Amino acid sequence: MAKPTATYKITVKASTEHLSKVRNFVAKHAAAFGFDQQEVADIRLAVDEAYTNIIKHAYQNKEEGTVEIELGHDRSKFWVTLLDTGAAFDTTSYSEPDILKRIKDKKRGGVGVYLIQKLMDDVQYQTEDACNTIRMIKNK
Amino acid sequence: MKNLNINHRKVETYEVLELAGELDAHTASKLENTLKQLISQKKHQIIVNCEELDYIASAGLGVFMAYIEDVRSMGGDIKLSNMNPKVYNVFDLLGFPTLYDIVQKEEQAIQKFQTDESE
Repeated sequence: MAKPTATYKITVKASTEHLSKVRNFVAKHAAAFGFDQQEVADIRLAVDEAYTNIIKHAYQNKEEGTVEIELGHDRSKFWVTLLDTGAAFDTTSYSEPDILKRIKDKKRGGVGVYLIQKLMDDVQYQTEDACNTIRMIKNK
Repeated sequence: MKNLNINHRKVETYEVLELAGELDAHTASKLENTLKQLISQKKHQIIVNCEELDYIASAGLGVFMAYIEDVRSMGGDIKLSNMNPKVYNVFDLLGFPTLYDIVQKEEQAIQKFQTDESE
């Protein structure tokens, strides 16, 4: 049986090279926590999108930045937190993407934040002392 | 680390890209380069067979978003086939099934191209 609370952490450079490592780290713990395949897939994708956004937007593809990925759980919920020290995400500038319009304008992406919100039960963004945090929660 | 492999073959007049592995922000450029090459050669009838595709993130979907208009404006299309349920689910979350032809089997994609042409 899983312990009532537990936390785990890895730190990686902000590079897409580490995407599968980060996804697998989180998915392994999500599966051990007892989520079904679809729930594990949801968490895996949400973490991918959050980490990709940090690489592209917070650090603007400069690979010297670092990202900390922490995860933990109690009996009823599983959370993943990503921390970076790049440019903060402005939540006020966010609006739900119009996919049809983006296709017509030949624009790609811009859908990661939307996906994270659909995949997880609660998503919180915070910036404090030049450290940005995205905390994503999935309920059991 | 899993990567993305793309196998390009021709079926009749159609370009079939078989994707295997994981399509994310790290591997999306590989698919993008392949699509760009096809488009530059005026090969616009493209089928992407996703049978061996284990995973897709939005950076992968972004490649399809960026090039579909170019392909369609030249009278072609990008049709997607053979997705596993997990990969389909990601397309579905973003409403792609109403914007793209996503079919179960590669042959159905060919049939759809033939129907498109006869219209």
